[in-house]
Amino acid sequence: MENDHFDTEIIKTKNVNFYYGAFKALTDITMNFEKRNVTALIGPSGCGKSTLLRLLNRMNDLIAGARVEGEVLFEGMNIYDPEVDPVEVRRRIGMVFQKPNPFPKSIFNNITYGPRLTGTANKSDLEALAEQSLKQAVLWDEVKDILGRSAMTLSGGQQQRLCIARALAMKPDILLMDEPTSALDPISTAKIEELIDELKKTYTIIIVTHNMQQAARISDKTGFFYIGKLIEYNATEKIFTNPDVKQTEDYITGRFG
Amino acid sequence: MTRQTVSGAMKRRYLKQHLFFGAVRLSAIILTLALGGILFYIIVNGIQVISWEFLTSPPTDSMTKGGIMPAILGTLYLTLGAITVALPLGVVAAIYLTEYAKQGRIVRAIRVGVNCLAGVPSVVFGLFGLGFFVVFLKFGSSILAGALTLGILILPTIIGASEEALKGVPQTFREASLALGVSKWLTIWKIVLPNALPGILTGSILGIGRAAGETAPIMFTAAAFFTAKLPGSIFDEVMALPYHVYVLATAGTHIEETRPIQFGTVLVLVALVLGIDLIAIIIRSYMRRKKRW
Repeated sequence: MENDHFDTEIIKTKNVNFYYGAFKALTDITMNFEKRNVTALIGPSGCGKSTLLRLLNRMNDLIAGARVEGEVLFEGMNIYDPEVDPVEVRRRIGMVFQKPNPFPKSIFNNITYGPRLTGTANKSDLEALAEQSLKQAVLWDEVKDILGRSAMTLSGGQQQRLCIARALAMKPDILLMDEPTSALDPISTAKIEELIDELKKTYTIIIVTHNMQQAARISDKTGFFYIGKLIEYNATEKIFTNPDVKQTEDYITGRFG
Repeated sequence: MTRQTVSGAMKRRYLKQHLFFGAVRLSAIILTLALGGILFYIIVNGIQVISWEFLTSPPTDSMTKGGIMPAILGTLYLTLGAITVALPLGVVAAIYLTEYAKQGRIVRAIRVGVNCLAGVPSVVFGLFGLGFFVVFLKFGSSILAGALTLGILILPTIIGASEEALKGVPQTFREASLALGVSKWLTIWKIVLPNALPGILTGSILGIGRAAGETAPIMFTAAAFFTAKLPGSIFDEVMALPYHVYVLATAGTHIEETRPIQFGTVLVLVALVLGIDLIAIIIRSYMRRKKRW
């Protein structure tokens, strides 16, 4: 594996095993993620790719009976160290979910919810932050006149971009995306993909996707998972043209999965 | 199979269906009639004594004349006191049970306990209130003791409704908030609780109705047979509507004579409970309209 860009790596897993109760969902995952890159995690349902994603910002803590072995080093610090506050980790590593999940609040209050509760109180700061985040998520032009309207009135694709803007408002270093377009129509999907391309100039993006064309289109590196194991992790172009492992080839050519 | 037997079987099935639907309809009608009948009976018998004076003056002439103002006020105090005690306590308990406690044997045991509490006869609460609040804590027969006793009485209703309401808040809201690096407590306070509020209010509505109507729990803890003086503090005894009816109908020397006052009092009690319910229902539907997911 070509993981020797140590100067650009931002987060890495080291020999990580993950259990849901007695079930071992991930086995010995060692993986580096590079700064300002898009990394795609692909594989058939139940292969552990979403589990790995949620492990990177400790969202799996919420699941009763979940257990992690090994280390996840974020800028050299193990985020599973007992000293580390998971709340702090999630501030630095944001997440966008499969289904758009805006709060039943106004568009403006959705964006400013996080910053407001974590320290930004000044109204003009919040307004500037909302504008900036919405612009980054390419939603500003569509909503700038209706910021007070309920987020629930937006379309699915707009809601998802709002959720991205909401995550960006926390100014995270990494953005985790768990199948962010699987609930969206093709046009909204294309918009989000364009957006990801733009965001990677500033952010590190790790995305789980079921859609192999999507992985091929938007990612720089791709990891293929199968039954809890990282089968192959390589440059996306290589994975999709000339994979090293037979299983990877079988999966991307649609022979199974 | 011949045509004959098929249609015979069909007929029997239709007959069964008609019988079943008929029974269902009948029970619904009986229910409505019973409720309507009770209300009608109360209104017809009670309306004649209702007047501004009846609502605003104390009883006179050994409670055979005059109004029921002290009892109305007393019931209001007791009910508001009970809800003030039980609502925060019940909501906090429900938050603990649904959001914090590790789901397991202990939580199950607490739930069973809460459900048992809901099934305890109200006179037992009355005796407990007498023993604990009135005697042991030396509150005496007072608004405080009565409100606390009623509060415990309605606690299971509020815990149950709050738990359901909290569970009804989509998990995705919690995830969204936590993923932004907002702490669990703030997530509950800012997202979960506001969205559960309409459901919690529903529970409180039921609780308020029950607290206002109960006689046994306040009999030993708060209710006065007669006091023309209005309570000056929470350590004073009060008259209360349900207890007033009980007293007039069983313990007075002019039971027949005061019949109209009894019905008038019951009518006021029913109107009061429905009024409180109505306010809560309006608040709830307003909130529901605002929050939609």
